[in-house]
Amino acid sequence: MIRALLLVCLLASPAFAVEPDEMLADPALEARANALDDVIRCVQCRSEAIGSSNADWARDARLVVRELIADGASDEEVLAFFVERYGEVVLMRPTTTGANLVLWLAAPAMLLGAGIVALVYLRRRSTAEPGGAALTPEEQARVDELLGR
Amino acid sequence: MIVELGHFALILAFVVAIAQSVVPMVGASRGWRGWMAVAEPAASAQVLLLAFSFAALTYAFVTSDFSLRLVTLNSHTDKPMLYKVTGVWGNHEGSMLLWCLILALFGALGAWFGGGLPERLRARVLAVQGSIGVAFLAFLIFTSNPFLRLEVPPFNGQDLNPLLQDPGLAFHPPFLYIGYVGLSMAFSFAVAALIEGRVDAAWGRWVRPWTLLAWLNLTIGIALGSWWAYYELGWGGFWFWDPVENASFMPWLIAAALLHSAIVVEKREALKAWTILLAILAFGFSLIGAFIVRSGVLTSVHAFANDPERGVYLLAITGVFMGSALVLFALRSGAMEATGVFQPVSREGALVANNILLAVSCFVVFVGTMWPLIAEMLWGQKLSVGPPFFNAAFTPFFIALAAILPFGAILPWKRAKLARAVRPLWGALVLAAAVGALIYALTSGRSAFAPIAIALGAWLVFGAAAELWTRAGRGEFASKLRRLGSLPRADWGKAVAHAGMGITFIGVAALVAYQVEDIRVAREGETYEVAGYDVTLVGVERVEGPNYISTMAEITLDRDGTEVARLFPEKRVYPVAGMPTTEAAIENGVFRDLYVVIGDPQQGGGWAVRTFIKPYANWIWAGCIIMALGGVLSLTDRRVRVAGSARKPRAPSGVPAE
Repeated sequence: MIRALLLVCLLASPAFAVEPDEMLADPALEARANALDDVIRCVQCRSEAIGSSNADWARDARLVVRELIADGASDEEVLAFFVERYGEVVLMRPTTTGANLVLWLAAPAMLLGAGIVALVYLRRRSTAEPGGAALTPEEQARVDELLGR
Repeated sequence: MIVELGHFALILAFVVAIAQSVVPMVGASRGWRGWMAVAEPAASAQVLLLAFSFAALTYAFVTSDFSLRLVTLNSHTDKPMLYKVTGVWGNHEGSMLLWCLILALFGALGAWFGGGLPERLRARVLAVQGSIGVAFLAFLIFTSNPFLRLEVPPFNGQDLNPLLQDPGLAFHPPFLYIGYVGLSMAFSFAVAALIEGRVDAAWGRWVRPWTLLAWLNLTIGIALGSWWAYYELGWGGFWFWDPVENASFMPWLIAAALLHSAIVVEKREALKAWTILLAILAFGFSLIGAFIVRSGVLTSVHAFANDPERGVYLLAITGVFMGSALVLFALRSGAMEATGVFQPVSREGALVANNILLAVSCFVVFVGTMWPLIAEMLWGQKLSVGPPFFNAAFTPFFIALAAILPFGAILPWKRAKLARAVRPLWGALVLAAAVGALIYALTSGRSAFAPIAIALGAWLVFGAAAELWTRAGRGEFASKLRRLGSLPRADWGKAVAHAGMGITFIGVAALVAYQVEDIRVAREGETYEVAGYDVTLVGVERVEGPNYISTMAEITLDRDGTEVARLFPEKRVYPVAGMPTTEAAIENGVFRDLYVVIGDPQQGGGWAVRTFIKPYANWIWAGCIIMALGGVLSLTDRRVRVAGSARKPRAPSGVPAE
């Protein structure tokens, strides 16, 4: 039910996502444009790429992507074009520079840390004395009683 | 009158919850049995009161009592009865009441089936559960009261949202909530154990069924939501890495880790502190999820109740419960001495690896979800973290998990000779590699990623089968088969759940890599070819529905001259709600879905038509359901049932020897 509200955003216009009249004739170029559609965010919507959004802005952005590609722009140049105008917020895939390195490296760093901790733990477990007999005096008394000692 | 009684019952439940959270806790620390005994009737009373309150609200929805603000805002006399009922939780206030009801229900189940627990532990568990109830009931009553009246009731309600009237969506929240809230039991057990200062094998056995129950419902809830997105959004996406989806995925990952580490506690008395921490964090992520969904702090496509005041309150609940539990953990976890001894190459070692991978993958989702917030708060940088990040950063951990899973599942406890232990898996490994190679050959020229992922999925399925087969022991085929049938249900549950994950793997990989998409302008009567299917737009007509106007296309898909499917995709406009919707038409199949969508009429004639061939799409959700089924099998294992009813004094059986 929560998801339903997603459509509220889509409902700006009843059309949806890439329309046939937007597409480039050359399949190779269209494939590139299609891939770019998924990494450029629609700034009018909430966390949606222009490739899956129906907002007017997304449609315009898709047309711009295709125009730039038809003019021979590389993927990087297309992205740079959008970043220059709208800021990094248009990138669905955050850059791997500056503070964003923390984002990208957080998980590998945690894996490394967790791996080291786990190795130490496993080492300790494999050389530890078998424990488990640590009964309290009362428990020991009860065991003795049950065993009839 | 009934509504007023419901309101009153709600407030009464709040008072009972306060008593439940204080009295048994004091009793447990002082050793007063009478005070501890309050927990059980209080938990029962709380759930009965909330059930009545919920029934009263449902009654108001069913009878369309528009003097209730909530009903006016979220219902309409023309709504079908089913959706009047599901409309109760189709809004913030009602869903919060459902949340509280499930919370109380878990507490009551703990009271009714927790007789095997030591008296003190049970009193403490129920008291902690009661205190969570206090927090959420206070939130409900003071910020989101569902029973507020309108001074001048309108003649009819405002909401007839057609999108909410969908079975997939109607039943998705209750499952999710059972999952979210069910993790509160694991939390209560963890906190009670910390207060007690004692975690042993028995604790592991007690906490596991609750976690399993929560996890399997969460699995079903997430699958339902994903399935709904697939058929309703018009292009067949099934997962968007949206903050709200992530909010449900994070507790799922941690709960999965907890399920596995609790086994180590139960069988080997190790990983105790870690398991406690997971139990705390699992519910913590549920709380964070509630905060994300209901505060609107993270822009999500699923915005729910965007209210800063509620957000602050939920953040406070999260902070208080997580803060105090983690402080308690820091103070007491030192006392949790592990006693089991094992070599790194062992089932325990493999489960440690499982836990690391699940915890790290959850961390990826968490960091990615929160990063836009962090970046904006710390250096005012607005940025987005979308699916490309999650696909790149999350997937490797799940690939690794799938690669080691069958090995880990078959390793013996304590110590293992790797070469010997994995011998039964050679067949599965070869078969899975063959599947991957076959797919690579069939789709030559494309990336090797999908064949590898599919081979991993097959590896999980074959590995689970090989494990069961080994478990059946040696001997003749017939006797092995017989023994297979009498294996403990927990063994079956484990194999089934792991195989389910493999099936989901295959579905996701095949769909992502081999989907064929065709977007074009088609004229009526025109036939064109998409991936071996001859697609014909037979015609388009205007159809009047009960409360909508539809543009319905008739599309046939033929293969080699035989009709495979005749589909009727629609575009509907609901005049009352002023809403257009897309109704994709799907021909479901085991190996592929044919998915067609009709778009707008084009200038110069013709219609925009989208045709998708989606291979193995249904495997994604089938795998989730199979995973949940594995959970159910495990839950019905004799050991769990025995643990649940162990406290009943056994009737003397047989005659004493003397």
